[in-house]
Amino acid sequence: MVAKEIKTIKDLPRDDYLTRGHGACPGCGVAIAVKNIARVLGKDTIVYVPASCLIVFSALYPASAFKWPFFYTAFENTGAVISGIKAALKRRGREVTVIGMAGDGGTFDIGLQALSGAAERNEDVIYVCLDNEAYMNTGIQRSGATPFGAWTTTSPIGKKVQGKREFKKDIDAIVSAHSIPYMATLSIAHPNDFVRKVQKAKSVSGFRFLHVLCPCVPGWRSEASKSVAIARLAVETGMWTLYEVDHGVEKLTYKPKTLVPVKEYLQLQGRFRHMSEEDIEKLQTWICERWKHHFYEEVPVPPCKIEEARKALIIDEDPLHGP
Amino acid sequence: MKVISADHAVAHGARLARVEVVPAFPITPQTLIVELIAEFINDGELDADFLPVESEHSAMSAAIGACAGGARAFTATSSQGLALMHEMLYAAPQNRLPVVMVNVNRSLGAASGIWVEYNDSMPERESGWLQVYIEDNQEALDMVIQAYRVAEDREVMLPMMVCLDGFVLSHTVERVDFPDQHLVDSFLPKFKPLYLLDPDEPVTMNPITPPEYAMEMRFQLHRAVDGSKEVIEKVDREYGALTGRTYGGLVDTYQMEDAEIALITLGTVTSTARVVVDHLRSEGKKVGLIKLRFMRPFPSDELESIAENLKALGVFDRSVSFNGFGPVFTETRNALYHLGTPLTNHIAGLGGRDVTFKEVREMFTVIEEHAKGHRVKECHWHGLRGDS
Repeated sequence: MVAKEIKTIKDLPRDDYLTRGHGACPGCGVAIAVKNIARVLGKDTIVYVPASCLIVFSALYPASAFKWPFFYTAFENTGAVISGIKAALKRRGREVTVIGMAGDGGTFDIGLQALSGAAERNEDVIYVCLDNEAYMNTGIQRSGATPFGAWTTTSPIGKKVQGKREFKKDIDAIVSAHSIPYMATLSIAHPNDFVRKVQKAKSVSGFRFLHVLCPCVPGWRSEASKSVAIARLAVETGMWTLYEVDHGVEKLTYKPKTLVPVKEYLQLQGRFRHMSEEDIEKLQTWICERWKHHFYEEVPVPPCKIEEARKALIIDEDPLHGP
Repeated sequence: MKVISADHAVAHGARLARVEVVPAFPITPQTLIVELIAEFINDGELDADFLPVESEHSAMSAAIGACAGGARAFTATSSQGLALMHEMLYAAPQNRLPVVMVNVNRSLGAASGIWVEYNDSMPERESGWLQVYIEDNQEALDMVIQAYRVAEDREVMLPMMVCLDGFVLSHTVERVDFPDQHLVDSFLPKFKPLYLLDPDEPVTMNPITPPEYAMEMRFQLHRAVDGSKEVIEKVDREYGALTGRTYGGLVDTYQMEDAEIALITLGTVTSTARVVVDHLRSEGKKVGLIKLRFMRPFPSDELESIAENLKALGVFDRSVSFNGFGPVFTETRNALYHLGTPLTNHIAGLGGRDVTFKEVREMFTVIEEHAKGHRVKECHWHGLRGDS
């Protein structure tokens, strides 16, 4: 049977492989992302989930919300386990999509080595990073994916230091640097773009990386009903850029008409509530530089104030480091 | 028949066992194994997938993934590499995935070295893996083949670690006989997984398990390790009928029929101790040797029936639990406690130090003294420079 190509959400099959009745929080970005990815990939798929929210809300013995074959072992080995599963299935002559779904901690931080190994070997698997920008499953600790300024339990609002002082790691650039066949960033607020990218990942062979921004209600201190709106604002403010790298060719798949000031994104989330004007400006400047990097154009003032002469953004104020 | 190292014997064993997926990462003194397997695959002598992974943690992860996907998986490691795998080792037994791994024993940590010591594999006896210790190159080859038969037996379905002495075996050549491929094929059928990741029959493997269920799963694993004893004995007998070579199953004995005192050994020291036993026998001493092959399952009952009438027994250890005894001694004392047999621990060969005839003789001297009822230290370190 030749599966119909899925171009928009109208083509999306209604068969669920992540079924209702799982234990995710209302408004969980991860659940929305996984459910829709599963609808695109369909039956012949095997899923590996490392330590993350996803394992806890989808597979708690004796129940399981996955209708796919499901495997879990540890936190840092998604790239390696899916490599092994794929090798075995290939030997058994089975055409099966093998997918690993890890969180940002399991991808940006502890899982980076296994991810890099699998990407370098160009394993024929799909690696999905469900990025909710902190270690949500262990109680909201900062990760390499946490944005600048955000509150987490390990970047608390102290008297001396408020929130995370480092910017989000550019995992997409790191993964793309492995020259893999396909890499894309996804948003749950752009469903047509979302399903098209998953469909494309399914149709390509070799290592594929999908990076989904997944709003987290308890971690982001936001309203359950606002998850999709927040995800949309992430794109409109430039906190999240929708693009893909298809066999080395980078292409933006959605460009906001104008850059919305980041403040509008921040004010919907309790994790940024404490941020000073100065810190918001720092974050805005970081966004504007990324905007310029992606869209090859200057951003007007306001929202941005970029000094022409500045070479690099120095955030630790250590005179030894420049400018 | 070929003259090869134990590492190469292992690689030939894996080839004859028709392993299908081999995730591998290099570490001395294991490297010769995966190098030769890579050559077999690239030369078309072995139909398998070689996964050159980026760490031992990933090697074990990929082996577990491959086994869950229904393939016969093999890997090899040593020392620090085994330590890095530690976390992943626990996933294989509890998921009943019969991965076979060769660990070339090597010392670990500070006072770093690349020479034999069992302090890498001994701590892993709590992981649920079966563990066999090898005496020579022929046994290395034969045990890789036997390991798959035991591990994949429906009554067992557990991973197995084949442990061999770094350099003493891994890089030393001996004559090794190769069984015919068709003989191995008749002994070791194609792997039939018990549970499998297959979209036609989806299963959830290793969900999060709450306290209401987890303890029973541990108990099942405990019983499976215990139950593997019979299978190990049976497989060894069957292998012997096919090839003419058996290893005694869980334990092998030498000159034990009328022995009054004996020494428990494992690994290559057994060969040294055999010669010492011969010398002592020629002097009229009723000494014997117990070659302990398996640490898991630990052959408590078998040791009990062998040691029943001994006047004293010594236990060799090539690793140590600091401030305590060697692990083999601890396990042996546990098993034989109710017999009341006088026991002594003999720690030697740490960090790859040679264990010579002289030291093994010293061990027997202590055991003999003990048998006469003289007071001796419970734990002796042999071959130390300076006082022991």
